[in-house]
Amino acid sequence: MASTTSQGSEGGLALDPMHQFEISRIIPIKFGSIDASFTNSSLWMVLTVIAVSALLLLGTKRIVPSRLQSVGEMIYEFISNMVRDTMGDEGRKFFPFILTLFCFILGANMLGLFALPVLLHPFTVTSHIIVTFALAALVWVGATVFGFYKHGLGYLKLFAPSGTPPIMLPLLVPIEIISYLSRPVSLSVRLFANMMAGHTMLKVFATFVVALGWAGIIPLAVMVGFTGLEVLIAFLQAFVFAILSCMYINDALHPSH
Amino acid sequence: MEPEAAKLIGAGIAAVAMAGAGVGIGNIFGSYLQGALRNPAAADSQRTNLFIGFALAEATGLFGLLISFILLFGV
Repeated sequence: MASTTSQGSEGGLALDPMHQFEISRIIPIKFGSIDASFTNSSLWMVLTVIAVSALLLLGTKRIVPSRLQSVGEMIYEFISNMVRDTMGDEGRKFFPFILTLFCFILGANMLGLFALPVLLHPFTVTSHIIVTFALAALVWVGATVFGFYKHGLGYLKLFAPSGTPPIMLPLLVPIEIISYLSRPVSLSVRLFANMMAGHTMLKVFATFVVALGWAGIIPLAVMVGFTGLEVLIAFLQAFVFAILSCMYINDALHPSH
Repeated sequence: MEPEAAKLIGAGIAAVAMAGAGVGIGNIFGSYLQGALRNPAAADSQRTNLFIGFALAEATGLFGLLISFILLFGV
């Protein structure tokens, strides 16, 4: 998403709050007309996978867990309970997928907040709608294909909830279809807009800290609070994404609700 | 009116949609707390529904915010 407005040059702000979302090529790769360069977005995706794998794989051999290991076990148990609560025992086979999805989004959100200031420019993978839309489309298309594979045309019962009076059906079926079609959009836009708005807000307040000089300690105190809030939002949005994915897959498992 | 100014004003108006999301989220968490304090035993089992309701209420407001992002940076 290229920044076309000129806040940085004329608005009196020292920094452009949108600069952090720019994508730069690190290793240019081209396949014909397709640009498949290794960008800073790809770099942070790789870092996310490394960080999450390290958390869940390294040092998980002990019976009495260390502190790091108990964090990994908490994540595992948390997602395990969530999958069991929303999908029942039939949904156990989707547990690895949901755990991967949750860990990737949580890791990407968190790494965007804790960046090394000099070595690496902070970049949040999930603040680009194409990334979140790809994740949401994977869930939605996967759930739809699985629903038709499992129930055949019986999956269409999803659009006509059981117990509906027949006279209501012409009104209800279009509403259900629209709600079904808007699922990938709302799922991706929620994560993207939260991340983008949150990081822009952090950057705007950080500009106040610099601009106010010694009085900047007041916005700095607010910044600390906001950063805590952003950590909460980073967790909450990963959780919401995972739980809504569970619900959509649950609809594919049991379409007549 | 200059197109640039109209774009900025439109982006500001579109972001007002977040007010609705604020009302909705406040309502959901407030109602959850009311129910949870009356019957704390049932609170844990409803936490999943709490977050689903939170997510759905927030999404409608974020659509408006998305329009303002598109107006500012996309068009």
